[in-house]
Amino acid sequence: MKAALFIPCYVDALFPEVAIATLELLERLGVEVDYPLEQTCCGQPMANSGCEKDAAATEQLFAKNFAGYEYIVAPSGSCTHHVREHLTAIPQTPAVAKVRRSTYELVEFVHDVLGTRAFPWAEFRHTVGLHNGCSSLRALRTASASEIAEPAFSKPMTLLSQVKGIKFAMPERPDECCGFGGTFSVFEEPVSARMGQDKVSDHARAGAEYIVSADMSCLMHQKGCAERMGAPVKFIHIAQVLNGTKA
Amino acid sequence: MKRIDHSEASSKFIKAKDHLEFHDKRLWDLRKKRDRESEHLPEWEELRTLASAIKEHTLTHLADYLEEFERNAIANGATVHWARDAAEHNQIVLDILQANGARTLVKAKSMLTDECEMRPFLETRGIEVMETDLGERIQQLDDEPPSHIVVPAVHKLRGDVARVFAEKIGTDPANSDVHYLAESQRTHTRPYFLRAEAGMTGANFAVAETGTVVVCTNEGNADLSVNLPKLHIASVGVEKVIPKIEHLGVFVRMLSRSALGSPITQLTSHFRAPRPGAQMHVILVDNGRVERLGMADFWPSLKCIRCGACMNTCPVYRRSGGLSYGATYSGPIGVIIDPTFNLRKFSLLPFASTLNGSCTSVCPVRINIHEQIYKWRQVIAERNQLPIVKQEAMRAAGKVLASPRLYRAAAEAANAGISKLPRMVVYNPLNAWGRQREVPDAPLLTFRQWYLKFRSPKK
Repeated sequence: MKAALFIPCYVDALFPEVAIATLELLERLGVEVDYPLEQTCCGQPMANSGCEKDAAATEQLFAKNFAGYEYIVAPSGSCTHHVREHLTAIPQTPAVAKVRRSTYELVEFVHDVLGTRAFPWAEFRHTVGLHNGCSSLRALRTASASEIAEPAFSKPMTLLSQVKGIKFAMPERPDECCGFGGTFSVFEEPVSARMGQDKVSDHARAGAEYIVSADMSCLMHQKGCAERMGAPVKFIHIAQVLNGTKA
Repeated sequence: MKRIDHSEASSKFIKAKDHLEFHDKRLWDLRKKRDRESEHLPEWEELRTLASAIKEHTLTHLADYLEEFERNAIANGATVHWARDAAEHNQIVLDILQANGARTLVKAKSMLTDECEMRPFLETRGIEVMETDLGERIQQLDDEPPSHIVVPAVHKLRGDVARVFAEKIGTDPANSDVHYLAESQRTHTRPYFLRAEAGMTGANFAVAETGTVVVCTNEGNADLSVNLPKLHIASVGVEKVIPKIEHLGVFVRMLSRSALGSPITQLTSHFRAPRPGAQMHVILVDNGRVERLGMADFWPSLKCIRCGACMNTCPVYRRSGGLSYGATYSGPIGVIIDPTFNLRKFSLLPFASTLNGSCTSVCPVRINIHEQIYKWRQVIAERNQLPIVKQEAMRAAGKVLASPRLYRAAAEAANAGISKLPRMVVYNPLNAWGRQREVPDAPLLTFRQWYLKFRSPKK
């Protein structure tokens, strides 16, 4: 199977180790991975700020870079959500529609498309708290949300449970947003930071050594808070854990 | 018109640590109770769908159901008035009061009368208005608007209430026992019930087929307000109408479960006709609702039954308090309604959200709240109401991110530069990120650089 790798701008620039883990994991799982070299961003930062018009050229570039692929995989719930639900600033040609339809977040790609349930190379002897980004949780529905009356399920938890030695800590408010929210983190800094501090404290109280997530942007924000607070919690992307990073 | 600065107001709210923590915990407890109640009903999600469908049907036949309500209410012996806006509403209330020589009005909770700013209007015209809902009364005595549509004084600690009551109704300032405070308010309010010439309620529902106004309360104050004076005025937003009495069951089962996590309110009062020798007036109020009904993206906000569940679950609301929104309606539902009253004034509110979507998940009538927040952002930008700084930043970001060359230059330069900068340069006052958060360490190589170095495609 062939797939294109979409590495969101902030992952490319700030967290290359997450991108490398995503690439290696997909290859371990037998996927032939293309990395289109002219890629930048999906347009979400502008569109979420109300500036769809300013997102149009970026969206056009995204559509061009990923045209024709059956699968486009990104280690980010919120970028995948943008592509699927909000990439609307450009004409919706059949090619654009196909790109939007073919874009998957990493966990759902591994869980639903590949159907993988074994990661024999992976071992993580730590207690982790799982953080589901809100786009993954409520838009992509990779896990059940506590406020919806439905049977509990969690694709990231199903995958992580296969990792040797891993233990889970359950925070009191597992689905509470961590307060990143893109430009919200800067324009609503007081609430954003407080939400991040509360999230980190909740996981720390539950006994998490690591917070693991499919969304690096949430982790970047929480990590920034934790370091300033002096909280003894570390952060790791789910791709790294599944790829066998020992930490 | 100055924009309401939610961020600045929230900063003050957060600094009062005890208040913040109580507020967050109290509302989160309501959310948890709501979850428990909804889990007890296997048909919960189906009820939400049904409630939404009833509301959508009603809103798409609004004129018919309002006229049916009017016919039936008149047949029951009530008088029905139509108010185009807040000014008309307030004038109608004043005219009714004056025609009956009423000087004192006891009133139950009504967000609509807050929306119309009725109290100051009446007070400056010689009418004494007594809020009889405990939370509303606390807020009235403290000269503050309600901070939550269901629990109006939820941002106050009992010590704050003790202070307000001591100053305004002469209680013991050192006694903040909740029973003492509630009883003091009760004793203080009783004589007004007996003396008032008029009583007022809002409405949770107006049933078209019976002409009934339905009010859901927990304190009994609405029933006293209606049943002691000989004049009852009910202010009803036009979106409150539902077709049939059988539909009421759907909403009554959801309202208090969503709001407070209790199966039902203590009282569900059906006001159908005036008592012998008394009068009942119903004022049907538009005040922008019909205009909202015509907005393709925003009309579903009219399905709202004002349960406040979206506020209780909202992590931003819980950490900023209702008053930080500077509007009658706060929290997620406020954020999508307020701009219809004044786009400029409330143009920052749709940005007081992380778009996490929990509001949409808890909404008993399935309003797509977070999607409307996203849409409002587009409208605000299109109408040039974004702050210039943000507008320019987005224009620049759009240019850089649309160009692989510019993007790479920015990403690679940041990596080369940022880690070498002195801390005081990075953490300057303009760096909002860095006020309470560390900036991520820049790696040696971007992923693309790594890829080209180690995985250069198909050599």
